Amino acid sequence: MDITIVLSQIFNGLSLSSILLLIALGLSITFGIMGVINFAHGEFLMIGAYTAYVLQKLSIANSGGSLFLLSLPAAFVVAALIGLLLERSLIRFLYGRPYESILATWGLSLILQQLARNIFGANNVEVASPGWLQGGLTVMEGLQLPYNRLFIMAVAVLCVSGMYFYLYRTRSGRRIRAVMQNRQMSACMGIKTNRVDAMTFAIGCGLAGIAGAAVSLLGSIGPSTGQNYIIDAFMVVVLGGVGRLSGTIAGAIMIGTMSPLFEFVTTSSMGKVIVFALVIIFLQWRPSGFFTLKTRTVD
Amino acid sequence: MLSIKEVHCAYADTVILRDVNIEVGKGQVVSLMGRNGVGKTTLLKTIMGILKPFKGSIYFNDEDITTLSSEIRALKGIGYVPQGRDIFPHLTVMENLLIGLEARGIKNPSIPEGIFELFPALRDLLQRRGGDLSGGQQQQLAIARVLITEPKLLLLDEPTEGIQPSVVFEIENTIRFIKEQGNVSVLLVEQFMEFALRLSDYCYVMEKGTVVFEGAVNELDREELQSHLAI
Repeated sequence: MDITIVLSQIFNGLSLSSILLLIALGLSITFGIMGVINFAHGEFLMIGAYTAYVLQKLSIANSGGSLFLLSLPAAFVVAALIGLLLERSLIRFLYGRPYESILATWGLSLILQQLARNIFGANNVEVASPGWLQGGLTVMEGLQLPYNRLFIMAVAVLCVSGMYFYLYRTRSGRRIRAVMQNRQMSACMGIKTNRVDAMTFAIGCGLAGIAGAAVSLLGSIGPSTGQNYIIDAFMVVVLGGVGRLSGTIAGAIMIGTMSPLFEFVTTSSMGKVIVFALVIIFLQWRPSGFFTLKTRTVD
Repeated sequence: MLSIKEVHCAYADTVILRDVNIEVGKGQVVSLMGRNGVGKTTLLKTIMGILKPFKGSIYFNDEDITTLSSEIRALKGIGYVPQGRDIFPHLTVMENLLIGLEARGIKNPSIPEGIFELFPALRDLLQRRGGDLSGGQQQQLAIARVLITEPKLLLLDEPTEGIQPSVVFEIENTIRFIKEQGNVSVLLVEQFMEFALRLSDYCYVMEKGTVVFEGAVNELDREELQSHLAI
């Protein structure tokens, strides 16, 4: 096998990892902090992708230029706001009830997809990549790294660093970690836990929104775009261990690079089967994922 | 300061507290004693709002707080040191201390020096993770973390349980210090009778979910008290 093919597969894998990472971050935190398994999380990616689309429509109508860069923060804000709305109206009644939350959020996912179909039509739409993201970086003969995939990786790195900074260096991030570790005691210290929940959920949705805007660079988007990523994102969370940034990163890199590689050497459905099998075997060995926390507290 | 009036509380269908009446005056140290499983911890959780009574009411500074959430009670000045200490295991000692101050909206809070005079051991542990501390260190941290939020009422759940004598001594000094300051009331749940009597002004004894004996410590019939606590 040609070395350039392997390298470009790994590269494509890493850009898939970046997208998975952005989705899984929110998923992992909402499960870690609130015990809610959010099956509608993929739809926030879809919301982010459509935000990029709408923004492009608007900017073409106005000036003829494409303001793609602006669509990243816009996708974050739109997805986060819709997330906030849903958290207050639905999700918060599901806290600590993972089984009910699966059913309810699955229903929510169907509703959001149908809503997108009603607004934007059932057909997929295109978001054109801006000119400066077309083409690629030629590393060696026969190996070109497309700029849009490099850009997605950069966005993921930026978001993860931002998340690290937020969680470990700011007051409000510290509150999130406290609630994640001991909700009852956090309340007894005077932390307004429901406010922390709403905020965390919104941020998780916002990150998925950014992933959506990024995904729109790779191909056409549609009402079921989120569905293409959600199962892989769940595998990332399970593999990495719930509520751990470093675990989520490791999980995303594993799943993201393994799937395209196995799909390349076998067939696309066989590749998925192999990845699933490996994850199941891994979980037999380490049931709580890559990173488990050890302390003297008993929980 | 704190009045508990005819409080009944239950876990699911099992009634734990029946008709409990307790008063804690301003600046008073009141101890609550009793054998295991009589409902002492449940009562503290009810005062803190973790459990809601199905009958009766709780007044704090003449305000009915029976239906308020734990965080509102905390912000109103009730500080809670639970039995398991409940330190945040993955936050550093420093962060454990900061969290209560920040929840009160204090920007850039600093840890008051006084707290290190009460618990000198904490100073060298500031960068360690809470979960890595020993039981005694966690107990000191749990008390320190709540004290710096300047509560008006402190609920202490068996602060000496499983703690080495030197730390018990520090905790006793701390409670005495609080008492001398005179502006914080303490409700102390304790199995260790001598420790409780040395510190308190008034004491209650619970049995089977209700108060069966009470009295001011200096005019107490010790034999009768002992009879309620002996196994």
